[in-house]
This record gives sequence, C-alpha cells and structure tokens, in this order.
Amino acid sequence: METLLMGAVAYDAKVVTIWDGFKQWFSANGLAFDYVLYSNYERQVEALLDGHVHVAWNSPLAWARAHRMAEARGIEVAAVAMRDTDCDLTSVVVVNAASGIEDLAGLAGRRVAVGAVDSPQATLIPLSYLRSEGLEPGQDFDLVHHQVGVGKHGDHIGGERDAARALVAGTVDAACMIDSNHLLFSAEGTLPPGSTRIIAQTPPYDHCNFTAAATAPAALLEHFRSLLLGMSYDDPEVRPLLDLEGLKAWRDGRVTGYAQLEAAVDESGFYDQEGHVAAVDYRP
Amino acid sequence: MSPPSITDLDELGLDQGGHLLLHRAVSRAAPGQVVEVRGRAPQLRVHLAAWCRSEGHEVEMAEGPGPVAGWIRPGPATGARWHGAERSGPELAERAPTRWGLAARGATVEAGGVEFPFPLNDRAAVWTDAAPAIYRQAAAAQWDPATAVDWNAPVELDDDVEAAIVQVMTYLVENENAALAVPARFLGRIHPHFREVVAVLAVQVADEARHVEVFTRRAELGGRPLGLSTVGGQASLLTLLEEPDFAVAHFLLSVLGEGTFLHLLSFLERHAPDPVTARVCHLALADEARHVAFGMAHLAAVLEADPGLRPRLAAAIHQRHDALAQTAGLNREVFDALVVLAAGSWAPAALGDGFRRVQELSVEMDEGRRRRLVKLGYHPEEAAALSSLHTRNFM
Repeated sequence: METLLMGAVAYDAKVVTIWDGFKQWFSANGLAFDYVLYSNYERQVEALLDGHVHVAWNSPLAWARAHRMAEARGIEVAAVAMRDTDCDLTSVVVVNAASGIEDLAGLAGRRVAVGAVDSPQATLIPLSYLRSEGLEPGQDFDLVHHQVGVGKHGDHIGGERDAARALVAGTVDAACMIDSNHLLFSAEGTLPPGSTRIIAQTPPYDHCNFTAAATAPAALLEHFRSLLLGMSYDDPEVRPLLDLEGLKAWRDGRVTGYAQLEAAVDESGFYDQEGHVAAVDYRP
Repeated sequence: MSPPSITDLDELGLDQGGHLLLHRAVSRAAPGQVVEVRGRAPQLRVHLAAWCRSEGHEVEMAEGPGPVAGWIRPGPATGARWHGAERSGPELAERAPTRWGLAARGATVEAGGVEFPFPLNDRAAVWTDAAPAIYRQAAAAQWDPATAVDWNAPVELDDDVEAAIVQVMTYLVENENAALAVPARFLGRIHPHFREVVAVLAVQVADEARHVEVFTRRAELGGRPLGLSTVGGQASLLTLLEEPDFAVAHFLLSVLGEGTFLHLLSFLERHAPDPVTARVCHLALADEARHVAFGMAHLAAVLEADPGLRPRLAAAIHQRHDALAQTAGLNREVFDALVVLAAGSWAPAALGDGFRRVQELSVEMDEGRRRRLVKLGYHPEEAAALSSLHTRNFM
C-alpha cells in the first residue's frame, strides 16, 4: 500500500508526539501516512523538491523557497492546508513605554532587536515593514539579532523572547515580535505589564502551510487534505493533537498572505529567484 | 438574531486578566450572537486580534478611535472541550472508569483523557459504607510519637527482662513493616474515586510507620542492640506481601494477622514491666483495633456482594498454611521472651506463671480469630479449623 510521506522540522521534542499522534489517527482513518523529521527547513524543502517526501509542513519562508525552486525547475508545488491560526497574523515593533520613542521615526540611530535571521515574524517581515516606512536596517538603526534555532525559521520562540528580554534589560531600544507573543510575553511577565508600547504593526500576513509536490499521489493527498479539514475540536480523540499543534480547525491552503514575506526575501536577498540560499552568514 | 452583547474591559488589558471577561462573554453568547468589545487599554486592539485567532473566533476590528475595539463572532470550538464530558459523581459509581483518572469524585471530566492504571475500580471489590466513618476516626486519633510517650519515664529492668523486651520489640517492628507494606502495595492500585478507602489505607500506612518508630525507640531505650530476626518469621510475612488479591490480602493481614495482634498487644500492655512498653503497646493497640474494624467491614461488604469469595478466603488460609508448613513459625526466642516478659523475673514460680499466661494468650488469639470468622459467615466448626491453621507467627 502506498504511503503518504510528510516532512516536518524538529523545532521541539513535542514534534515527535504531534506527528506520531497524527500518524496513528490517519492510520485509524484509513490513510497510510508516515513522516520524516528534518533539523532545518532548508533540508526539508530540498527533500520535497527532490521527491523524498510528498508533502512538507512548511514555514512561510520554506514555502517562499519551495515555490521559487519549483518554478526554476518547471514544476509545481501547492499549499494544501493550513491552521486557522496561520491566517492574518501581524508583527509589532515594541519600545519601552518610558523611552520617549513615540513612533518609527524615533528609531533612527537606535538599536532594534529582532529574532533569528530566518524568522519571518520577528525579523524578515518587520524589517521589510520598517524599510517601507523609510528605515533601512543597519543604516538608519542598528540591528541586534537573537539567533536561537537558526534554520528553524523562527519556530523556536526563544529568539523573540530573548529580544523581549533585551528590551526590558535596556540593551536595545525596540524589539520586533509576532502580535500573539507580545500578548504572551506581557501576560507571563517577560514584559512587565504596561511597561511597553507598540509603535508599529505590520499588515496581516499568513504563516505555515502543508506544501505538496506535484509528484505527490493525488488520491492520497486528497485523502490527507479531507481528513485534516474534517478534524473537529469537538472530537476528544483529535483535540489533544490540535491543542499541541496550536489550532482549532484546519483550513484550505491559501497563498494570498505571503506578499510581505516575498518582498522581504527579495529586499534582503535571503533567497534568489531560483530559491538558492543567498543570505550571508545564514548557517542552518 | 440577538443584538450584540457588550463587554467593557475599561482600562484592563488582555495581558492583565482582561481575557477572563472575554471568555465569559463568549461562553455566554447565544448561538450566532456577536460580542462587542470595548476598552481603553492601549494595546487592546492588537491583543484582541491575537487572542481571537488563538481561540478560534472571528473578529472584526473597529475602525478609528472610539471605545469599541471590535466585534467577536464566537467560533465553533467555543465550549467544545466540554462536549462529551462526564460527571464523576457525587454518588459512587459501581465501576469507576479508569479514564476518570485522578479527578475529584463529582468533578466533570473532559472526554478523551488517558487511562490510569487503577485496576481496583469495582465498588463491590473495594468499598464499604463504614470507610468514611473509620477514616474520620483515624484522622482524629493520630498521635505524635514525640509527645504521646513519656520517653523519660524510668526504665530500670533486670538485664534479662530488658533483653526479652528488646526481642519482642524487634519482632513487632518486623511485623509492622509487613503491615505497612501490604496496604501500601494496594494503595496506588485503588481508584481514587473510592477516596475514603484510599484515605483509610493511607492513614493505616502512616500508623504502621509510627508503630515501627515507637517500637524501635523502646527497643533502643536500654542501649542494647536489637534482637533476632528468623527465617521462619520472615517467610510467614512474605506470604502476606506476595498475595496479589486485595480481598485475600486484606483478610489475611487485617482480619487474621492484625486481629491476632490485638490480643498480643493487649497482653504486652497488661504485662509490660515498664511504663514506656505499656504506653507504646497501648497506642499501637488502638490503631490496630481500627485496622481490624476496617478489614472486617470491607470483607463483610465484599462477601455480601460475592459469597463465592468465602471458600476462596478459606482456601487462602490453607494455602498459606501449606506454604509455611516447613518453617518454624514463631521463633523460639520470641516465645521465650513473651514468657519472661509475662513472668517479670527468672524465678521458677514466676516463669511458670509467665508460661501459663502465654498459653492463655494463644487460646485468646484462637477464640478471637474464630469469633471474627464466624462474624464473616463461616460455620463455627469451619472457623475453628481455619483458625487452627493460622500462622504460628501470629501476623
């Protein structure tokens, strides 16, 4: 029996729990499914394009690379499904409330903390947004990276948390993070409540998707997609899996929410048009 | 369609507990009803969008300044966690499902939980209506070894009598170790739904720990090393520890073993040559009487539900007797020590009295066992036969 093979990046030990659980559930629902773990998204995208796996649970940056590589090779990749929580995220630029920095212009000559070099939400997208507002990273302000989990495209929350801590410690003047992490860091006390102010928020963008290669067996892929979309938070059997993966419902994949990231990749030269890694000092 | 419900967070941020108000408003919203969110916290709009995303709600953000931050349309996952949840009480279940796990009896248990390894989950196998009252008694009767015994009371005994006391205390500690280990082995296997039963056994374990302490302290009071531990005595106790069935183990330990010990401890209190020995035996006796009462109540309840258990319990006595047939039973040193203790001296006439008293003790023990067996529904003749097969090691 043919098996649908999925790639996932091991950004945390719980990834094994998650995909083992999904594997059992898919199997119980008639889909032969297995998964392969990669230590970084670059290896996973290359494996997808080389046909080692049929589908990849991709970060938005991995999607950006996958479709560039696919186009360069004259093949297709498609976004099959995504989480409800992957839709319409924003990133924010945060300063200390007492800093006197009232707006983005106030960042000129300052130190701005970001996450890992490959984090869409804590580095690439907010920096692109600052560029669009006339602030060139490294020229108009100093950039302070927090390189945690490089190669995992910001899945590891550590880089954003370190950036937040640097802001509290006063070693930087501003920090970039995803909106939900600003809420989390404030609620958990990493950012003392009321001590920070959001001075900018990016437009909404999308996050992860299941990226399928054109070579994926169509019937298996459709079975996979329909099972995902049929998972209900009402079902006590699947609820723990959904909780672990951070969603309430799966949605059809869409690629309309990646324009900001594509622009960021181009501006920063992270990948070239063929999907080659072009970022200097990026060692996944 | 209902008009929007309005939730005003005032100045409270979602990073400061404001999510409680949103949770409450969303959970109370009628089907299809929108929740209008108002508030003045500076980051409310950013956080509201992030919160709704993580909770699976749709949100429409308000444009421009003003008190309204946005409108929440509760998602289908709202309250879904509690679909299919079960109430685990408050009345006792005939069989407590292992999926209820460690939940408080009466709690609402989310569906889909893991199965817990509580194989003793049948009410008929573990429960007795006497458990709550016995637990209350047990909790109220706890005593502190440091203050319940006057450890400075004068203990100036003849060397030989002191040696007999040390030997008896050594034997008691060994037996109390068994009486601690047996309920402890079952404690973690009984479903917490039957919490009063678990509580009685937990206190019983703590009781035995105190007995081990006070008997050890009494043994050491005269500065002598502890006494002898024999192969036969330990073999007898091992059969208790190895019994896998809760009802059988409880029967052998509490009804027969601890039941027999009531007479022994009473005998020791009565004939103790010093106030410390008398006191520690008195304290242990009160606890052991409670353990026996619980054992009797539990076995009576189990036998009522399953009369077929009666011959199995009898068979267990036979089996234990056969297993111990090749062992010495009560060690000579303990028997002799009891005689010396009851005699109070090595004078021939006193020893004769002591010997007679120990013989009377054996008769009392046998009568007590027979009485308890008859109370559990055995014919007096069968009770007499079974009592005679009880281990010579007493416990």
